Amino acid sequence: MMKKLSIACISVLALSACNDQASSGQGNARDYVEIVGSSTVYPFAKAVAEQFENLDPSYTSPKLESTGTGGGMELFCSGIGPNTPDIANASRRMKKSEFDRCQENGVENIVEFIVGIDGIAIAQSKEGTQFSVTPAEIYEAVAANPYGKPNTAVNWSDINPSFPNTKINVYGPPSTSGTRDALTELIMEVGCKTDAATKALKDTDKEKFEEVCHEVRTDGAYVDTGENDNLIIQKLSANPDSLGIFGYSYLEANMDKVRGMPVAGVEPTYDAISDGSYPGARPLYVYLKGEHVGVIPNLKEYVAEFLKAGASDGYLKKYGLITSPDDVRTKMTSAVEGLPSLDGAELK
Amino acid sequence: MNNTASPAIETTAVGHRSTDWQGEAMQKRIAKRYAAERRFKYMGLAAVAISSLFLAFLLFVMIGNGLKGFIKTEVAVPIDFVSATGGASPDQLAGENAERNLNSLDIAGIVNTAIEIEYGTDGSEIFTENSWTDVRDALLSNPALITQNTSVWLTAKSELDRAAKDDSNEKYEALYAKLKDAGKVQSGFNWGFLTGSDGTDPARVGIWGAFKGSLITMLVTLSLAFPIGVLAAVYLEEYAPRNRATDFIEVSINNLAAVPSIIFGLLGLVVFLSWLDMSRSSALVGGLVLALMTMPVIVIAGRNSIKSVPPSIREAALGVGASPIQVVFHHVLPLALPGIMTGTIIGMARALGETAPLLMIGMRAFLTSPPQGITDPSTVLPVQIYLWSDEVNRGFVEKTSAAIIVLLLFLLTMNALAIYLRNRFETRW
Repeated sequence: MMKKLSIACISVLALSACNDQASSGQGNARDYVEIVGSSTVYPFAKAVAEQFENLDPSYTSPKLESTGTGGGMELFCSGIGPNTPDIANASRRMKKSEFDRCQENGVENIVEFIVGIDGIAIAQSKEGTQFSVTPAEIYEAVAANPYGKPNTAVNWSDINPSFPNTKINVYGPPSTSGTRDALTELIMEVGCKTDAATKALKDTDKEKFEEVCHEVRTDGAYVDTGENDNLIIQKLSANPDSLGIFGYSYLEANMDKVRGMPVAGVEPTYDAISDGSYPGARPLYVYLKGEHVGVIPNLKEYVAEFLKAGASDGYLKKYGLITSPDDVRTKMTSAVEGLPSLDGAELK
Repeated sequence: MNNTASPAIETTAVGHRSTDWQGEAMQKRIAKRYAAERRFKYMGLAAVAISSLFLAFLLFVMIGNGLKGFIKTEVAVPIDFVSATGGASPDQLAGENAERNLNSLDIAGIVNTAIEIEYGTDGSEIFTENSWTDVRDALLSNPALITQNTSVWLTAKSELDRAAKDDSNEKYEALYAKLKDAGKVQSGFNWGFLTGSDGTDPARVGIWGAFKGSLITMLVTLSLAFPIGVLAAVYLEEYAPRNRATDFIEVSINNLAAVPSIIFGLLGLVVFLSWLDMSRSSALVGGLVLALMTMPVIVIAGRNSIKSVPPSIREAALGVGASPIQVVFHHVLPLALPGIMTGTIIGMARALGETAPLLMIGMRAFLTSPPQGITDPSTVLPVQIYLWSDEVNRGFVEKTSAAIIVLLLFLLTMNALAIYLRNRFETRW
């Protein structure tokens, strides 16, 4: 008995020693693509990752983790080497601060791709009263200080008398989410610029402008719902008077429970988003770490497959991705070959 | 108490209260006591009933939802392999280059053409863009198929699968009825669920990737936590001097066992990922984090069972001339082992169900193939359940429940093993 036990002990110790060895040996190569980033791009990236392995027997299945755009950039810019991701998905463009952090950590050769367009949809339960909103009205409903004054609107009818007399209750993405950035940029900023005095602020007092235009109210009318867009759908069904803000792909997948609200008179549909008439549309990005190309196998092939799948006859259309305009697509296809580095001066 | 009605006692010991058993006041008090007894009994019974009701409800819902997840729907597609491949031979599909040769035959194209011929535009509603991989796998396991003109059964898309289980919209129900009338659908046990990995279409996902990830992670945890935990327990019980330092260690270990698991996740993120630069999402890091979490439990269980070995056994061994280390390894440990093992398995069962610390170290990735080793990226069962519960596609509801059934069975097996080991090796004095 004791002999057996000691043998077991020794083998177990040996095994743990092996573990350590294996982990240090792992330091120099990795044979799969590592992807992090946006939860909005996640469903599309999943479909591509699943297909990718089937393309060629030598391709290994990529590792894909949904961390949110901000979290993805954090990991992506943490340095180069096999323990850092090769690709970051983003539902907004890389920020200047993120780019600078990348440069500091030796990630100098970043290649940017636009893989498609996503619309941010404002949706409500099918049982709710339907009404059409403008960006300015959304801004007045969810901003902390619309046009510089504290937000006192309680019911929708306080904003526009023709709206239903129901409480303002909006479920939306948290501040770390790319969807939130799109909401601020595409809806709230557009809305607050309708006021000439606030628009003038942008040039005179940028900080004040951002405070007025970007901050959402914290008195309970706007509710952060984390990176879990499914939760918003559930809450909308439970509470028909509330509104939810999320990516168009979620709207499309849940058309039987919720419907999109027209923004500025335009319904959030595939056609309206792809031709640019719907105001809440944004491009989706994939960032590739140029330093890893050639070191980690099949990086270019993965991005090429993503772009191919995002074409108008590709399978990503089924998942709700909207094909980007032809000129963008041609540019991206050539970018896969040339791998041009991103210029930090273009970023904000 | 004296139950005879003596006037002296009546006035002195219990004041003016009557101790006359036949008296009305006494009978009332007795009835009250019995009622209190009964109330307590019923309250206890109600507590048991409520908890078993919750358990029954949980099991009922999980099994009700989950059993459907083990059934799949298949649709027939006639494929003439001979003419489609231009007369490929089975030899090409055997040996080392099988996959490569198969790839050059463009099976995807052949299958998609066959689907289009048979079902036209309905094809994309019935199958997913990955359905052809069923044919690839069938050809790899049975190369002779390439010379046949036959009908192959392909896994149907999740929406159609749900229509077969009466849980879809009208469009797919109509399509399913049409296929059923034509005799082109069949249902069967979903072996793919037990052998596959994560995917985008719920009809094609499997639990094996996460299950294997769990197994590897548990192996790492066990191989670290068990020896370290047992050695620590033996040292603290048998060798450590009684002083401030050992008291401090004892308190620390007890506290460590009560630390919320998420804290260990943060610790793993900082120590293993940031400082030691280990690979994110790997079973190795997950196992290390869970080992840190499980070790205090093993130490506590180990110390208790070592403590329960009677001192007479130690003294007798020392008396016949055994050295202290012989006493420990020949007598104390074998006698304490059942208790240690029970504690270990319960600690491991807790580690198996753990999600939060593993999310922190990135074991939540989407992976379409199972891990091959401890440094490969992997997920574990509870994390897979968490990921599926978060999916948009409603076909994942039954898969989530099915995965929960697998996890519960795994846990039950571990607990049964703990009980078996305890009964098998337990010694009573």
